[in-house]
Amino acid sequence: MTASPSHTIVIGVGNEYRGDDGAGIAVARLLLLRVPADVRVIEQSGEGTSLLDAWRGAPSVILVDAIQSGAVPGTIHCFDASENALPSGAFPCSTHAFGVAEAIEMARALHELPPHLIVYGIEGETFADAQGLSPAVQRAVAEVANRIAGKIETASNFPS
Amino acid sequence: MKSRTIKVDYLARVEGEGGLLIKMKGQQVSEVKLKVFEPPRFFEAFLRGRKFSEAPDITARICGICPVAYQMSSCHAIEEALGVKIPQPIRALRRLLYCGEWIESHALHVYLLHAPDFLGYEDAIRMARDHPTEVQRGLRLKKAGNAIVNLLGGREIHPINVRVGGFYKIPARTEFLSLAEELKWARDAALETIRWVATIPIPDFERDYEFVSLRHPDEYPFNEGRVVSNKGLDIPVRDYEQHFAEEQVAHSNALHSALKERGAYFVGPLARYSLNFDRLSAAAQQAARSAGLGTVCRNPFQGIIVRSVETLYACDEALRIIEQFEMPDKPYVEAEPRVSIGFGCTEAPRGMLYHRYRLDERGLIVDAKIVPPTSQNLKTIETDLLHLMPANMEMQKDRLQWRCEAAVRNYDPCISCATHFLKLRIETE
Repeated sequence: MTASPSHTIVIGVGNEYRGDDGAGIAVARLLLLRVPADVRVIEQSGEGTSLLDAWRGAPSVILVDAIQSGAVPGTIHCFDASENALPSGAFPCSTHAFGVAEAIEMARALHELPPHLIVYGIEGETFADAQGLSPAVQRAVAEVANRIAGKIETASNFPS
Repeated sequence: MKSRTIKVDYLARVEGEGGLLIKMKGQQVSEVKLKVFEPPRFFEAFLRGRKFSEAPDITARICGICPVAYQMSSCHAIEEALGVKIPQPIRALRRLLYCGEWIESHALHVYLLHAPDFLGYEDAIRMARDHPTEVQRGLRLKKAGNAIVNLLGGREIHPINVRVGGFYKIPARTEFLSLAEELKWARDAALETIRWVATIPIPDFERDYEFVSLRHPDEYPFNEGRVVSNKGLDIPVRDYEQHFAEEQVAHSNALHSALKERGAYFVGPLARYSLNFDRLSAAAQQAARSAGLGTVCRNPFQGIIVRSVETLYACDEALRIIEQFEMPDKPYVEAEPRVSIGFGCTEAPRGMLYHRYRLDERGLIVDAKIVPPTSQNLKTIETDLLHLMPANMEMQKDRLQWRCEAAVRNYDPCISCATHFLKLRIETE
């Protein structure tokens, strides 16, 4: 068993070989060098049981995944998952039937949800078998990375 | 005359895209179609012209739940073609890797996919609100299986450490020993699972199936054995295509497999169990009997109990292999290309998985054939529904639909594998 993480975890979810599905992974890689040492940045496929393990015991989690809601590609969605369920059907890019939205609801049912769980969804354009992000998603990735870095900096300046 | 149709557009809690359509006229079922619209995947064609050594990694990509099965069947087939003999220590580690895949796949199916059917929940998340202890146990059990695949396979999904002839790298003994503690917990959890599923209300339903599985002289089958059935089939793996044929059906992107002489047959946990009860460990036999099973199980709804028994067996077997671990002299045996043909059958969590490869003098794949367990079960699933409907006509439509979906999930179908499949519809005209 891994020790309980005591600080913020940033989880980038996706598959970099499926076009814009790599958006979450790209955000994680941008953040890796920008966040303080006590913030863990990890990459995940979106498989639900692994997510439950990844955030177990963490007080604060920021998760980034690609999303397909019909909005304009590159649109940034932000959900407070510690309060409400994610909109159903918006995260279809997760592997198998047990993905990000299911993992969050399973954790809620088991009272294992991190006290703070923010989910960023980046609206993707293409999820074809290819590497590389479409330009609008690329811009959104940079923007989300900036927002998360800003959030973390603000939080560390005002320790709770 | 009253007629009704059950229609499920998208079957839930199965892997891949499929649907179900059942039409009734009075007490007669006029049509049962398990529709598989997951697109075809053309893996057999991708393999042509690739080097034999690439087959385990390419075929592992067919399935995120049972990649080990694809790696094992491809390795065995190619090793037969190239005359490679696998030393005992590598053989033992392959069984260990397979134990990991059975534990993770069975735990997922028993707790998250199938138990909600019997306990009346739409999904495992709603079930978790009322049964948190059980769901947590299932998740941890799955993780214990993942840990084996992670260590020996190099990663949990689509492992990368398997090669023709053995493994790229074999972890140190101490790393295997580090798995033992959690596996001892998993063994107790598997026993607890059997006790729990034995208390779940399971529908009565039996048919006289032809069960088909591997059978080995002294082991519960994973990697090796003859292909046998309870109706007299007893053949070496290389004769598989003389006795089994695949056919195309219009409503399915998955081929339907049948015994040339007798038609539909049944692969998977019930078949393995019923043909190999005597090969289970004493502890697994005892636990099965305590849960009310005989030495043969013909009720596919009891598959949830049989999977739990197999999970216990896999935990015991994994612990045995770890305790007796012996580091092979080399992690793999070299294979030299030659013009050849090889056949491999291993027991995926869902049932027997057949591979055949023909190689040229450079070791390039000339042609390949892959028959996944789900396509072997499709005819049997449709026939189950044909028998299930008339017996349950008094049920409310939504309950009947639920029962039919559960009957499909009895087989833990992997539609992604077979398409080369679930949404359900019961229509009342």
